[in-house]
Amino acid sequence: MKINQIFSIFSSLAACTIIMLYSCKPKSPATVSTGDAASKVYVAPGQYDEFYNFISGGFNGQMSVVGLPSGRGFKILPVFSVHPENGYGYTEESKPMLMTSHGFVPWDDLHHIALSTTRGEHDGRWAFGNANNTPRVARVDLGTFKTVEILEIPNSGGNHSSPFITENTEYFVASSRFSVPIGEDNQRDVPINTYKENFKGTVSFIKVAPEGDMSIAFQLVTPGVNFDLARAGKGPSHGWFFFSCYNTEQAYSLLEVNASQRDKDFIMAVNWKKAEELIAQGKGKKVKARYAHNKHDEHTHMATSTILEEVLQLDPKELEGIVYFIPCPKSPHGCDVDPSGEYIVGSGKLAAMIPVFSFTKLMQAIQNKDFEGEYDGLPVVRYESALHGVVEKPGLGPLHTEFDGRGNAYTSFFVSSEIVKWDIKTLQVLDRVPTYYSVGHLMIPGGPTAKPHGKYVVGYNKITKDRYLPTGPELCHTAQLYDISGDKMKLLLDFPTIGEPHYAEAIPAALLKDKSVKFYKIEENKHPYAVKSEKDSRVERKGNQIHVYMTSIRSHFGPDNIEGVRVGDEVYFHVTNLEQDWDVPHGFAIKGANTAELLIMPGETQTLKWVPNRVGVFPFYCTDFCSALHQEMQGYLRVSPANSNIPLKFTLDK
Amino acid sequence: MKTFQIFTLLAVIFLWQACNSGTSKKSDADLANADAKTPKKEYSGKGFGEIRNVELTDPLDQAMIKKGKAIYDMKCAACHKLDDKRVVGPGFQGVTNRRKPEWIMNMITNVDVMLDKDPVAQELLEQCLTRMPNQNVSVGDARDILEFFRKNDMDTVGKKDEATKS
Repeated sequence: MKINQIFSIFSSLAACTIIMLYSCKPKSPATVSTGDAASKVYVAPGQYDEFYNFISGGFNGQMSVVGLPSGRGFKILPVFSVHPENGYGYTEESKPMLMTSHGFVPWDDLHHIALSTTRGEHDGRWAFGNANNTPRVARVDLGTFKTVEILEIPNSGGNHSSPFITENTEYFVASSRFSVPIGEDNQRDVPINTYKENFKGTVSFIKVAPEGDMSIAFQLVTPGVNFDLARAGKGPSHGWFFFSCYNTEQAYSLLEVNASQRDKDFIMAVNWKKAEELIAQGKGKKVKARYAHNKHDEHTHMATSTILEEVLQLDPKELEGIVYFIPCPKSPHGCDVDPSGEYIVGSGKLAAMIPVFSFTKLMQAIQNKDFEGEYDGLPVVRYESALHGVVEKPGLGPLHTEFDGRGNAYTSFFVSSEIVKWDIKTLQVLDRVPTYYSVGHLMIPGGPTAKPHGKYVVGYNKITKDRYLPTGPELCHTAQLYDISGDKMKLLLDFPTIGEPHYAEAIPAALLKDKSVKFYKIEENKHPYAVKSEKDSRVERKGNQIHVYMTSIRSHFGPDNIEGVRVGDEVYFHVTNLEQDWDVPHGFAIKGANTAELLIMPGETQTLKWVPNRVGVFPFYCTDFCSALHQEMQGYLRVSPANSNIPLKFTLDK
Repeated sequence: MKTFQIFTLLAVIFLWQACNSGTSKKSDADLANADAKTPKKEYSGKGFGEIRNVELTDPLDQAMIKKGKAIYDMKCAACHKLDDKRVVGPGFQGVTNRRKPEWIMNMITNVDVMLDKDPVAQELLEQCLTRMPNQNVSVGDARDILEFFRKNDMDTVGKKDEATKS
């Protein structure tokens, strides 16, 4: 027995060794890509992702927050669209956030995200987003992951070329995809076929104050073209901004044909430092406008909306030295500046090549007045003079380019459905991988900054088809994560996205995770209807308005029995969450409310308006599972006829 | 050859089982010992946390009582009443006679650890079934609350700080 045991120990050791040797043996290419891929995106239970990915939601008007490399979704962050899940756009406090000069606008189309930067690198303060339909821009606080400011853009249509940002967050931009007639009523009511004469594009530079307040510093009035995308210069090109323009044909009908006539459209180079100088000399013109500015106050937990009535405009035709056009082939879409700030990549979406411009050569051409003509009275730099070179035959339909910080560029190709890696200096194609299917934007963490984290590229696809279990005619949109740390790109992961992803940005988790706000301090709550102590909870009548000053804590509301409310009264439930710990929101809902629930964060006060239209006793309850006795967190409100004399009464445990 | 393989396999299984059962027995025993010893011999009644020793002074400090009451109203009163009635949590009447001042302050400032480790806190959780929330009260504020509790005990039962005498 003893000998046998020793033997068996030996033999089992030998067996283990064989297994270990086997697992170390190099594998066939097929097993390498699958086995390797899973381990590279696997984030073990309880572990954190390396990056936060902020992904635009397109036509759902929101941003989503996703971890990379796992692709796990953490949060839908409502920006321009109402979000019944947490009451955004439904509570009395958040409704002003979605006010515009057109009234309350509950939806928009959020295409692009820009994260705030300092010295060209992400600083983790804010995410900005654009509303394409009713032109607006938004600022999201990256401590609370909450939309805290929205600014409407006047004199604009289709705010697509937005919110790209300068290297110290001096400005970000909002430029019009759809030119429109601007000015007074009689200037705006014009026949559509007077496009060339009456339609104008505008490029707004939005200033960001150190504490985050956004304002339109100035607005350039430009020829009526379509602005598509933009990037700020950086390093040596800091002070300049580059915008891709299409429809230089100035078509106003059947654009898919009529705006694709010219061999070249433009990249518009804007010298914003020059614009600042001219404004300092009093050269701008203040014109009447009407646009909303909405701000959320973290202490009153409330948004306010103000209408502004003036904007400063500059006419680059009158003020020399601000605007230059660079010819760029075939309806350019992407317009991307490399980390050094020297190269500007234009992606003609109908072209089969990628032109790369040199900032140094552009400056020389401007200095030497090396112009090939004018467009609508503005100088057009000679194409060859600004050109660094061309990437030949990279693929079909180049859209967007990101950078890895090692001298390589990665361009998405919609038509040929691939990502192509190329060398910025030599313009040689180095590698290509297919996307499933028809990639639009792509993103490298820190890709638009001066210091990209060139570990992954994510493609955001326009077509899903057969990649996931089918869900009827409408399918999820998708993203794909590729490893770019080696010479060859490797597909690691597919993951579905929320809404339609356009541009996204990613930031190292270390820059955000430790400063994430955990709760609001109840002592600092300055909401006018807050109650900071259960003993102050009460109900007051003012005419036909009933104000319920309500508290919530695990697991009861104070008060939880209310009588003396009449049919037709406007009842405002102002619910304060007295909890002072992380991850303990309380919800509030009442039967028949024509609005969404409240989801009240610890220390916060939120208000639900309810107008009862019949007599009866109405239950209300907490909607967010808060404790073992959550199911007991409920109350009753009695509604009596409009002419009733039942006195107002409120109690808890009486 | 075949017999040898079967022997080997059996031996491997045997060894594996022996190892596992051995480990689990040992840890069970450890746990049992720990359960038996800790509360009886080592439990101080002061709870777990950074509060090791509280100096109580007389007469009561009126300024502290005032501050303590304000914090109680904001952060505690929704669940704890000042009489002996339990609502969400136990009533505070006589609390300084039942619990040492260190325990009270640790429970206020270090509630999650207390609920995980302290046998008295665990017993209360079993009765109340709602985990006491961390209300983010500072040590200084907790001391003010304690002073307020001492006054409440004088007002309601005519004596205070009895727990310090045991």
